[in-house]
This record gives sequence, C-alpha cells and structure tokens, in this order.
Amino acid sequence: MSDTIRLKAGLDLPISGIADRLISRTVFPDSVSVKPTDFKGVVPRLTVSEGDAVLAGSPVFCDKLRPEMLFTSPASGTVESIVRGEKRKLLEIRIKCDGKGDAVRFDIPPLADCGKKEVTDALLKSGLWPAIIQRPYGIVADPSDTPKSIFISSFDSAPLAADWNFTLKDEFPNIQTAITALGKLTKGGIHVCLRRGEYAQAGFNRLEGVILHEVEGPHPAGNVGVQINHISPMAKGDKLWTVNMMLLPAIGKLFQKRVYDTSRLVALAGPKVNSPSYVRATSGLSIRDISGFFDRSSGDIRVISGNVLTGENVGLDGTLGFYDDTVSVIEEGNYREQFGWIKPFRLEKYSHSHTYLSSLFSKRKYDMDSNMNGGERTFVCNDIYSKVLPMDIYPVYLFKACIAGDVDRMEQLGICEVIPEDVALCEYVDPSKNPIQEIVQKGIDLMIKEM
Amino acid sequence: MAKYNRTHRLSPAFEKGGKFYWLHGAAEAFDTFLYVPGTVSKSGCHVHDCVDLKRWMIIPVIAVLPAVLFGMWNIGYEHFVALGQHAGFWPIVWYGFLKILPMYLVSYIVGLGIEFISSQLSGKEVNEGYLVTGMLIPAIMPVNVPLWMLALSVAFADIFGKEIFGGTGMNIWNPALLARAFLFFSYPSHMTGDKAWVAGVDAVSGATPLAVASAGGMHGLAESGYSMVGMFLGNIPGSIAETSTVAILIGALILIATGVGSWKIMLGSVLGAVAVGGLGNLLAPGASSPLAVPFYYQLVMGGFAFGTVFMATDPVTSCQTETGKWIYGFLIGALCVTVRLFNPGYPEGMMLSILLMNTFAPLIDHMVVDANIRKRMRRV
Repeated sequence: MSDTIRLKAGLDLPISGIADRLISRTVFPDSVSVKPTDFKGVVPRLTVSEGDAVLAGSPVFCDKLRPEMLFTSPASGTVESIVRGEKRKLLEIRIKCDGKGDAVRFDIPPLADCGKKEVTDALLKSGLWPAIIQRPYGIVADPSDTPKSIFISSFDSAPLAADWNFTLKDEFPNIQTAITALGKLTKGGIHVCLRRGEYAQAGFNRLEGVILHEVEGPHPAGNVGVQINHISPMAKGDKLWTVNMMLLPAIGKLFQKRVYDTSRLVALAGPKVNSPSYVRATSGLSIRDISGFFDRSSGDIRVISGNVLTGENVGLDGTLGFYDDTVSVIEEGNYREQFGWIKPFRLEKYSHSHTYLSSLFSKRKYDMDSNMNGGERTFVCNDIYSKVLPMDIYPVYLFKACIAGDVDRMEQLGICEVIPEDVALCEYVDPSKNPIQEIVQKGIDLMIKEM
Repeated sequence: MAKYNRTHRLSPAFEKGGKFYWLHGAAEAFDTFLYVPGTVSKSGCHVHDCVDLKRWMIIPVIAVLPAVLFGMWNIGYEHFVALGQHAGFWPIVWYGFLKILPMYLVSYIVGLGIEFISSQLSGKEVNEGYLVTGMLIPAIMPVNVPLWMLALSVAFADIFGKEIFGGTGMNIWNPALLARAFLFFSYPSHMTGDKAWVAGVDAVSGATPLAVASAGGMHGLAESGYSMVGMFLGNIPGSIAETSTVAILIGALILIATGVGSWKIMLGSVLGAVAVGGLGNLLAPGASSPLAVPFYYQLVMGGFAFGTVFMATDPVTSCQTETGKWIYGFLIGALCVTVRLFNPGYPEGMMLSILLMNTFAPLIDHMVVDANIRKRMRRV
C-alpha cells in the first residue's frame, strides 16, 4: 500500500514526564490570545482596538501585504489588551472571554461545489489559511501560489509531543473533509506520512485522496522536512506546502460546520508537571488557566509552548501558540554544578555522546532542565550532527554558510530543505553549545530578504 | 536540590571594572573548571546535552595517558640499559618521572599562559583545546630536547598555529605537530640522529628502529635486536610516548568507544600504510633494502601508531566529511610509508604526512561537499 522510509539517524530524547493518555480537564478560558509572532513571513496590521467585541472567527489582524489573509479570534469576548514590544512590534492581542461561545457563521458553498478559489477564500477569511506553511523557509504560504504537492506528517516524534493517535482518534471525519478540501489546492497530490506500525488507532491509513508513506525511526522522523527530503527532495524553485496534522480537524470543521474552531487536546508534559496528561483547550489558551498542574516546589520553572527542542519560552503569563498542542514544563537550570564535566559518571544528566560511562548502561528517563551544561565555543566536532539529522545535507557546512551570510552557498548546501525544527537535535547534541536554530533562522531570513 | 549549587558565583573583583578584571579570562577558566556555568538556554532548544567541549577534550587526554605512562617507564628503562645497569621498576619509573615532569610543566605553563592572555585580549572564554595539545607536545618530543626549545615550540605552535587563525576550531594544522615541525626545522641536530633518544647518557648511541631500518633494512633490524614483538610492546628508543603500540591501542579503543576519535581515519591510515608497505615488499631488491621491511613493521615503528590515533584524528584539522575521512586517513598512512621507504635522508614520515594532509583536508572536503551540491542542483 505504501513505501517505507527507514531512518537511522536521530534521537528520541529520554526526558521524563510524558503525558498519560487521559483527559484530566476541559479548560474554559478566562482569556485567550492571538500572537502575530507565531506566524512567520507575516507583517501584522491590526483590525480591532481595545474594547471591541469579537466572536470566535472574527478577524483581529490581517497581513499588511495581503489584507485578504485574516487572523481570527479563537473565542468570543472583548479585546482586553493589545501588547506591543520594542519599536511597537505587535506581540499579542488578548481577548477576555465571555464564555458564550458565539461564533461567526461563514458563508461557504458545499465542499463538493468548491474549487481552488472557494477553498482558498474560505481558509483566508476564517483565519485558517496560516495552517498552510510553505517550504522552503517555513513561512505562511502565499495564496497566489500553486504548490508542487502538499505534505502532512501524521505523527509528531518530538520529545513529549502530543500523541495524535490519541488526540485525533475521534476526528477522522473532520480530517478527511480537510484532506478533500486541501486536495483542491494542488495537482501534485497530498502526501501523508504514517509512523510505521502506529497509525491504526486513529485510522490515518484509511484516509482517502492521499499518497501514503510509512516512516520508521527516531525523532526527527516525524518532521515533515525530513520526510520531504526522502520522498520528494526540493529542487531549486520548488514550492511545497505543509500542514500540521493537528490543525486538520479545524479545517474540516470549517467546511462542515462553517465555524472557526481550534479546540484541541493539549498535552501537559515534562518533569515539572504533576500527573502529566491532556486537557481540552483551544489555541491561545492562557497558561494561567493550567498553572495548577505545574510543580513549583523546587525553584523556578520554564513553561514552553511546544516541545523542549523547538518551543517558545512563554512563561506563566504566556499563551499556547497557534501551531502547538504541547505545553512542556521544565526546571530552570540556573545553578552551578560542581565538577560536572570531569565526573566519570554523571547519573542525573543525559548525554547522547558516549563520553560519560553512565551512557553505556543507563536506560532511564531524565528530569532535564534548561541549563546549557557548558560554555559556548566555536564548532570543533564534525560528525555528531549528521548522526541526529537524517537528511542528505552537510550540516556544519550549512551552519557556517549561514553564519557567513553567504546566500549562494547556503542555497547550494540546502537551506531550502531545512527549517530550524529540523536541526534542533543538532543544537541539542552540540558540545560547543552554538545556537544552531537561531543561526539557521537568520540564514532563512536573509534568503527571504535577498530573493 | 543539594547537589547543585545555586549561590556560587565568581568574585565581582574579576568582572568588568573590578580590581582584577585583567585576570578575568584565567579566573573564568578556573571557575568553570570547578563549576559548570549556570547559564540557561536563551534561544532554540530549551534542554541541552550534558557533554561540553571540556568533556570532549578531556577524553583524548585520558586516552593518551597509557602511552605517556609507558613512555615514562621507557625513558628510565632505556637509560639504565644504556648504562648497563640493572634497576628495579620504581627507580626506572622515578627516573622517567623526573625527566617528564618538567616537560609537562613547561608545556602547560607556557601554553595555558598564552591561552589566558589571548582570551583576555579577545574577550572570549578560554578554549579547552590546549588541554589536548599540551598533553601531546611533550609526548612526541625526544626526551633530550632542552626545555627552552620546548617552550619556544609551544609558543610558536600556540600563537602561529592557532591563535592567529582565531583559536581552537579555526586552525589549519595540528598545533602539536606544528610544535615538533618547528623544532625539527629549527634545531635538527637535537631532533634527529642517535643522540636524541636516550636520556642522561652522552656516549651511547640509541638508534631508533626507523633509522636502523632505513640504513640496513631487515638485516639492520635483526642486528640491532629489534623484533616485531619488542616494537609492539615498545621498550625501544623513540619519542616519549610513541614507542608502545599496545599503550597507543588502549588509547585508540578509548577514542573509538567514546566516539571522540574517528575510526574511519584510523583504519584508513592503517590501510594506506599496509598498501604502500606491501608494494615496497614486492619491489624489494634484497633483505638489506629498507623496502624489504615487512609492511606490518611499518605499523609499529616510529610515530605511525601515535600519529594515526592521536594526531590524524584531531577533529579540527582532519577532514570534516565522512567520505573525506577515508581518503584523508588512507593518504596519511600511504604518504608516511612512502617517505620512510623512498626517502634516504629522513626515515620518519608521519609528522610531515599528517601536516601535508591537514593542508589538503579542506580540498578533499570541498570535493565531497561539491558532489553533494551537484546532486542537489541536478534535481528538477
């Protein structure tokens, strides 16, 4: 039925606090927010002001260059505050919920009658267009493009990530509707990657109108960028679209119920969560509303929207990002460990390298924290990065080209095939502690500027 | 958590504006030597592997220890043999210890001194690279090298081999080998010949197996009493830590098991040496020709094993690509034995073949990476 891609390189991080497959609460939020910073490649222009009433699906800002691309409120209520940062950069639009759950009813023709234009328009005005991400560069797709094909990964292999086999198991009809709708946007078909041996529960293998592939291997096997590299490697000038599987139910509900509904099951996970589990919530969920789950008994904690490799440190006052369905909580590692690097055994900490004797026999999970475990140095090692990056590129050469800002070289070395999440493990294992994701993101920003 | 210290911090006297700011590079190095920095991740990954460059760099230092300890014993052993005296194990080791200690003191004091000063000037943290270099430089010196020469070579290697390129990670040539090459070309009489190798004995000639083989082939080796087993174990004259292949193999196992040293480079180098050594055997006109020395002798003579395991595998100056590592390793072994067999003037080829391949490593990598780029560009 499908081809199998076997990946060897990679690493499943042994971090403690994986979420149990149970729903411990449904969160009825006091407030939700929309963060323009979630959306790469978008210049926001506000369309509301403080005190305005909004419904679920009402636009709160749009893209300055493509004003038809709207970004909408996940719940009904009133605009409570508009948070700006340095140089008046728009950071957050916070909405006080009224708890009524009123939603905009979108005027969309039946899906069977929809063509590319109708589907595009529906997604744009509902605020769900940003679910579509363009490769190269990992930015919100341009509605005027026609992609070569669309890629969807049906599993998130990142550490502590929500298990979509569990969270999406009742969403099959909505996902199928979304696939049918997205199918009208491309002639190249929709590629869906299944994790080998682990897809039956949510039934992703029964999806129709898709090209299925099976993928086997450790993280980042679930990253869509890695899958593209093995299935349909990008050529110069190619444009592919990718959609986060977790957002497909929202797209499905848009075409079935004609509402904007980004409710999702969110995994609360990590060493500093008491009884890690799932809560039912929506995008823009305020972290305050779930802070009862956090273990703050021993020092500062770091609350991350997303996983511990690529997520954003949002803090206790932050909110869940548009693309995230995991909240990871770890301890802040602002301590000084005595004789850390010189110990023969370092039982409390994990190393992917074999430089500690403890790595030879320990199979346990670790309470990881945010300590860097070392000072920043120049790149010295060269073969450890490709051991966690199952792609046909030379990572260190690419990183150095990004640092040098050499656009031609970056392109030759494959900057178009990666986004920061794909090289996150390289950053994790790096003994020189370079900010590799930041380096790659700056390289991508430069590419966008120069092209 | 009691095991972690949340209050320890460096004295403010070392911070900018403090009384001892001029020492902050050194102070910071000592401070982070004892306590892992308390910095938390600011961008990208929120968790990091517990391996850092200090840990990475301490592994080669540990790996080279068996060879150095054996060298220490061997210095004393060769000394007493040359004098025709019999001595117990501890007097032999003590003699070697007294010879080796000042060399290591000079190596680390001069080298780390330069590192501290350059870190102070550049404002960067002290890099751990010198931990390894400082261990390797005395290990590849003849025991009779004067300490001032050692100091000079360390300074040359550190400043011109590393710091002017931007420090560890930016250098082109292996700094330890550069130190030896510097002395070799500046003071050849102290670095070669028969006098350099046996400590404390002026009149006695202690020709190394390489010199003997170069002059008299298998006949020479047999007359001098150098056997395969003896050279494998290492109680022969030679640079301090290079003589015992057994001790070096222990180091190789440590490097390969920890993943710090590339086994591809090591195996490539051995294959290269065997290929050229075997070719020499086929061409050998007679048993007294250096070509007739069996190819497996090449693996245990001179600095081949030490260079292959500890020098060629330097992650900074070797090839960076996996394919390139095979080519680079093979050429090092092949060139080394080529110099040994076909160059009558100078019997040891390891130092120069590694330095030459250091120079060409970027070119090899360029070709490998270019193939990847061409593959990418061909996609339609």
